[in-house]
Amino acid sequence: MKSSRHAVRLLLPVVVFAAAILLWEAIVRVNNIQPYVLPGPVAVFQTLIGDWPVLSQSLGVTLLTTLEGFVAAAVGGIALALLFNQSKWLEYSLFPYAVILQVTPVIAIAPLLLIYLQQQTAVVVCAWIVAFFPVLSNTTLGLNSVDRNLAGLFQLYGATRLQTLCFLKLPAALPFILGGLRIAGGLSLIGAVVAEIAAGTAGAGSGLAFRIAESGYRLNIPRMFAALFLLSVAGIVIYGVLALISHLVLRRWHESALGKES
Amino acid sequence: MAEPAPSELDAGSSLAVSLRGVTKVYDSGVAALGPLDLEVNRGEFVTLVGPSGCGKSTALRLIAGLAAPTAGTVSVSHLAAEVRGHHSIGFVFQEPTLMPWASVRDNVRLPLKLAHAPTSEADARIDEALVQVGLAEFAHAYPRELSGGMKMRVSLARALVTDPDILLMDEPFAALDEITRFRLNNDLLALWRKLHKTVIFVTHSVFESVYLSQRVIVMTARPGRIGAEFRISATEPRSEEFRTSAEYAGFCRQVSNALAPAYAGQAGA
Repeated sequence: MKSSRHAVRLLLPVVVFAAAILLWEAIVRVNNIQPYVLPGPVAVFQTLIGDWPVLSQSLGVTLLTTLEGFVAAAVGGIALALLFNQSKWLEYSLFPYAVILQVTPVIAIAPLLLIYLQQQTAVVVCAWIVAFFPVLSNTTLGLNSVDRNLAGLFQLYGATRLQTLCFLKLPAALPFILGGLRIAGGLSLIGAVVAEIAAGTAGAGSGLAFRIAESGYRLNIPRMFAALFLLSVAGIVIYGVLALISHLVLRRWHESALGKES
Repeated sequence: MAEPAPSELDAGSSLAVSLRGVTKVYDSGVAALGPLDLEVNRGEFVTLVGPSGCGKSTALRLIAGLAAPTAGTVSVSHLAAEVRGHHSIGFVFQEPTLMPWASVRDNVRLPLKLAHAPTSEADARIDEALVQVGLAEFAHAYPRELSGGMKMRVSLARALVTDPDILLMDEPFAALDEITRFRLNNDLLALWRKLHKTVIFVTHSVFESVYLSQRVIVMTARPGRIGAEFRISATEPRSEEFRTSAEYAGFCRQVSNALAPAYAGQAGA
């Protein structure tokens, strides 16, 4: 009973997906729509295969940018949160600027960055700007949600600041940090895409978003869809990998990683 | 923001803890405690009983050095430490206060780890502490896999692992069901008889206080002061029979009567 329900949960989205693809293909064929207006899924798939050398290279570029932005966001966000946790003065002085950076739409910042920075650097910085804030705010929240009595216990046994940080605050913050990283993964992809789009065809890059913009100008609509499909898959894989890591790290002790029955 | 540590009692003194004219006023202006004068002898089992918010937990935190008194002096005896990782005070909180990310063993190891005790020695002492609380088989379990009573036992093992002279217990069994509480009461008494620790126990249960202690101190409503003091001169060792004896009932009645005024001022009590 339970396993069949599980199967249905997995199967239903797949059925919906297949139905949508079929409907899409049918509409294109019945109305005889031209590929430069709306390509059918079959045409998109053929483009994906045919243009794979170009697209895979672009995918690599975008993924690398995303990874760089993500690592920078993770390191920067966690490091900043640790600094804030050690010094209230620093937190009061800098936190408002972190918020400002977060609420200013990155698409508006990207053109400016492109003026002052090399394109590759600007793209990574964009990915960093969007992705670091959730890491920072989640880590800060985690470091501040340490059990009061446990903190008292560390104090009682004369723990040093470093010991309290390593053995108490960081482990207690870990679920929060992992939650922040999960959000940051998707956001760094968005940041990378936004910057590539802003750079447009004027840029020297060749990421997937650049391919989309370029294909748009050339009315190569099937390739636009194919690139979009790859971006979407990349986002799903990034989220999946981070969720898996989070689950593996927390499964022994944290509520979020436990099944409902246990 | 290090709190000033309680001053030391002379090693030759028979006192384990001494509070003189101690008061605690919180930053909010609430007077929580005192003035309180309290002396606890070495090896004594003393219980503070009183209504919620009477400052009994605050008194324990002051003795532990987790908070500083507003006025008065807190003195605690420190026996010469022969072993590394020895700590003169063990604290058991109302909640088990375990690290959910660490196994039972690693939770018990914490005080020794913080004191950089050598691993081999630490391992032996962790084993000993786990045997003392009857959890040797659960060393590798995680806190979430344990029942409330077992978590409390882990907390107790962690307090015992440093071989403290003084055990401070802040309503440790309040959240447990009655059967579990009775069992832990008996086990705690057995440990106390065996290890000769000084125990200062806080509870709001009259029955628990009489069952466990040599001396029951009844506190008044906030700001907590000593309202009355009873010596529970029951025959040792106590057991389940004592729990149903007329002698026990008599002590409970005395303590309850002494406690009544503290509750009189409280609405809905």
